[in-house]
Amino acid sequence: MIELTGVHKSFGSVEVLRGIDLTARAGTVTVILGPSGSGKSTLLRCINHLEKVDRGTVRVDGELIGYRQTGDRLHELGERQILRQRAGIGFVFQNFNLFPHLTALQNVAEAQISALGRYKGVANERAHELLGLVGLGDRAGAYPRQLSGGQQQRVAIARALALDPKLILFDEPTSALDPELVGEVLDVLHALARAGTTMIVVTHEIGFAREAADTVVFMDSGRIVEQGPPHEVLDNPRHERTRAFLSKVLV
Amino acid sequence: MTLLIPQRPKEADGELVVVPARHPWRWAGAALVLVLLAQFVHGLATNPGWDWPTFFGYFLEESVVEALLLTVELTLAGAVLGFLGGIPLAAMRLSPNPVLSAVSWTFIWVFRSVPLLVQLLFWANLGYLYETLQVGVPFGPGWSFPTVNLISSFGAALLGLALHEAAYAGEVIRAGLLSVDQGQHEAAAALGIPKWRQFRRIVLPQAMRAILPNAANLLISLLKSTSMVYILAIGELFYQVQVIYGRNGRVVPLLMVATVWYVILTALLSILQYYTERHFARGALRTLPPTPFQRLKAALRR
Repeated sequence: MIELTGVHKSFGSVEVLRGIDLTARAGTVTVILGPSGSGKSTLLRCINHLEKVDRGTVRVDGELIGYRQTGDRLHELGERQILRQRAGIGFVFQNFNLFPHLTALQNVAEAQISALGRYKGVANERAHELLGLVGLGDRAGAYPRQLSGGQQQRVAIARALALDPKLILFDEPTSALDPELVGEVLDVLHALARAGTTMIVVTHEIGFAREAADTVVFMDSGRIVEQGPPHEVLDNPRHERTRAFLSKVLV
Repeated sequence: MTLLIPQRPKEADGELVVVPARHPWRWAGAALVLVLLAQFVHGLATNPGWDWPTFFGYFLEESVVEALLLTVELTLAGAVLGFLGGIPLAAMRLSPNPVLSAVSWTFIWVFRSVPLLVQLLFWANLGYLYETLQVGVPFGPGWSFPTVNLISSFGAALLGLALHEAAYAGEVIRAGLLSVDQGQHEAAAALGIPKWRQFRRIVLPQAMRAILPNAANLLISLLKSTSMVYILAIGELFYQVQVIYGRNGRVVPLLMVATVWYVILTALLSILQYYTERHFARGALRTLPPTPFQRLKAALRR
């Protein structure tokens, strides 16, 4: 279970997150919608401590992320502990961020070896299995630049899955793709959702939210405007700002 | 002026024939350059001033070869020490710790400012400034040595070259590290890869692409900078040819001996650079272009 309470974050004088409370149960899919600049990506990056929160707490399965609590004080964890926590939280980037000098297989195997301490043989076997799962079993030896955008993003998803994370965060996973490649990535996301993976997805794909989400969250200017099951938020939005946003997106 | 033989256009089936554009001025330009080149080569061969018999007499002479080995030794030792020094300098300069960053900046500033020749003379005269050098606990007990015993003229030369090289290498390495996309650092951090492994496995191999051409420049420049240590009377290549032409007065052929050796060494370093760059180009290019050897082999097979 993921639990965010009162999360605040500023970049300089710009307040990007202004008190976010959010809960996501294990095995559910949460889709975050909202106009650009509403703080969606920052929120996602706060969950795995790529950004430090200024106030508030993030807990994954009850474990405080990035800090250790003693009394009413939060002590920031050391680099090593933060890295250990991150290994339990998958992250898929908008721009894939695959390691260009490593093959698809090495990309998926690397963190298994260095973060989880798996043997190389075990890691490679698991990497082969996961590349098969995302439909790239035959491209294990290809370098990222030899793959299409959609294929690269599928490798990135396999890379995130390889650490057997409790939760996977997706930061606009289809936004950098050509329209005809969006489908192949969404298919993988659908399959993961059906398999009961805990996911938090920032996206503009309303169709995906409608079909796969358990909870849809609408954010604007650093706050959660409304949240609920897709048929409520998408079809009967209570809030004026949600309605205005959806009317622009659902042309 | 293409080296590839174009395929003969098909004329049989009534299609239009494509005639490539002619470039007469390219031919004229090439002819002009070739004539000038031939003139120069002719001059090299016929002008008695070059004195080729003397050149060949000294080219592989024992004292010259020994001096050559010393030049290679100074270059390699200077490069290894310089790059070993450059790594912490780059790391410190990129560190969020303001003290480390400022110290690194100052070191680089000082050692890039002082001309190598001046620096070499300073190191050679260190014994005049500090008669003894001491090793030990700061402000505590220690052992002292006379500076003159500790720093020979070879040591002074190496120290000067290495410190000079380290200042430049620090900047070259820093440039390489900065060239790696921020997304790579983030992806590695998000996967929980340990810090040192992130550097060695993810960041450094990508930084090498940007580091290598500059590092090769630096290495080649160092090779030639070793000629400056002649000022400390160290028998490297340039010093040795000076000694010989001081004796026999054949200045030009002996300078040519040194020149040709420097050219050969630079050629070897350039070949090394080509293959090292190729190694680190993995994944950066979709397919690696063939090496000159592979191209030659393919051309011969045709």
